[in-house]
Amino acid sequence: MSSPATPFIPLLILLLLALAVGIGILWVSGWLLPRFLKPSNPQQAKLTPYECGVPLFQGSARQRYGVKFYLVAMLFILFDVEAAFLLPWAVQFKSNLATFWVMIAFVATLLVGYVYVWGKGALEWER
Amino acid sequence: MDTLSALLHLSPETFWMIVKILVVFAGPLTIAALLTWVERRGSAMIQDRIGPNRAAIFGFRLIGLPQIAADGIKAFLKEDLVPAEANKVLFWLAPLLAFIPAVLGMAVIPFGQSFESGGHTYHMSLLDPGNGMGMLFPMAIGAMAVYGVLVAAWSSNNKWSILGGMRASAQMVSDELSMSLAVIAIFMTAGAYDPHDLIQAQYGLWNVVPHFLGFLVFFTCMFAETNRLPFDFAEGESEIVAGFLTEYGSMKFALIYLSEYIHLVVASALIVTLYFGGWRVPFVANPGPWLSVASFLAKTLFFCWVFVWVRWTVPRFRYDQLMKMGWKVLLPLSLINFLFHAFLMFRRG
Repeated sequence: MSSPATPFIPLLILLLLALAVGIGILWVSGWLLPRFLKPSNPQQAKLTPYECGVPLFQGSARQRYGVKFYLVAMLFILFDVEAAFLLPWAVQFKSNLATFWVMIAFVATLLVGYVYVWGKGALEWER
Repeated sequence: MDTLSALLHLSPETFWMIVKILVVFAGPLTIAALLTWVERRGSAMIQDRIGPNRAAIFGFRLIGLPQIAADGIKAFLKEDLVPAEANKVLFWLAPLLAFIPAVLGMAVIPFGQSFESGGHTYHMSLLDPGNGMGMLFPMAIGAMAVYGVLVAAWSSNNKWSILGGMRASAQMVSDELSMSLAVIAIFMTAGAYDPHDLIQAQYGLWNVVPHFLGFLVFFTCMFAETNRLPFDFAEGESEIVAGFLTEYGSMKFALIYLSEYIHLVVASALIVTLYFGGWRVPFVANPGPWLSVASFLAKTLFFCWVFVWVRWTVPRFRYDQLMKMGWKVLLPLSLINFLFHAFLMFRRG
């Protein structure tokens, strides 16, 4: 009972419990009840994607969408990795105050990138 | 504790573990179910209406509380439609993907003060302190919530859904950055990232006072993270019908809906743990197990109410306003907060 995973057993049980309850609910609602109580009356019009009641404009919805979303995701990765680098530093900072200037240099690098991205207009959503 | 566990023929540790799992699982679930009622009665109160009051159990209306059960039964009995164009497997998987991270969110958050009984120390959090994950766990698992939204949106194969899903992913991602910087500032001043240590460090002065700027950033980000008004662009009904939920009905919808409310409870618990001293009671050094749990519950419920309150008070933003705010206001603010505290600690030596 002293493996490194022992403290996480409650978490595993919670995960299994959540899985069981989630699957159970979906099973009762999607398999058990339709056999007894639920109405099931699928029609052509019901099964088409909802578009405010008008006939479908274009078949599939999986088309090209704004590249802005991709840009946001890319910027997020860049800055979030920096935040992830700051984290171990932040936890240790109290016992090693001399590293303050190292962090300032690091954040300054981050800021240069931030100012560049802002100046390039990557943060303007309207364009 | 010992007598109770002996009654059930269990060792005290096992007994306590079972209690904790039940509390962490059923607690947020119960509060979330109640919140669906609070939301409707609260909105009615704010808008000077009556709200749901017709559902009754044997003629007892109980200020509309049976509405929760009525809604649940209705959701179970509704027709289960899967659109013909949808990706069937992912369409069924999405509610599960939304539900599981929501339930796991409370796993490390202490809901009361640790206490001793019969020579054992019992911690009031599912995972004992010093597990090495600390506050990183709720943040990581909270970020997983976006998969439920995205998978629901993608599998529906509906234009509204896809729009909602893309918006949700971009907004959650944008605000996570400011949020993590605000939280890192707390880790720095406390010198730890375990929630037990963070609450220990808030003895005498809650984080909300020194970290007020960080609190504002974190609080704002929580609305975007939980997809709540004023930032509910994933399902903004006046713009994109119901966003990623457009094609969902029956219990699949109810499960996603419920997990959104569980997220709200977890977000409130996070705010309380990080900024409002967790289970601490003002002017009481050691509140003990009962009082500390009551204090944590009271604070969490208060913030749940704040979420409802804000929803029915503040109008919805425009999407570009949110993105602008996330990148151009919240990010610099959280960075200033972070640098300010780093500088303060450096100067004090």
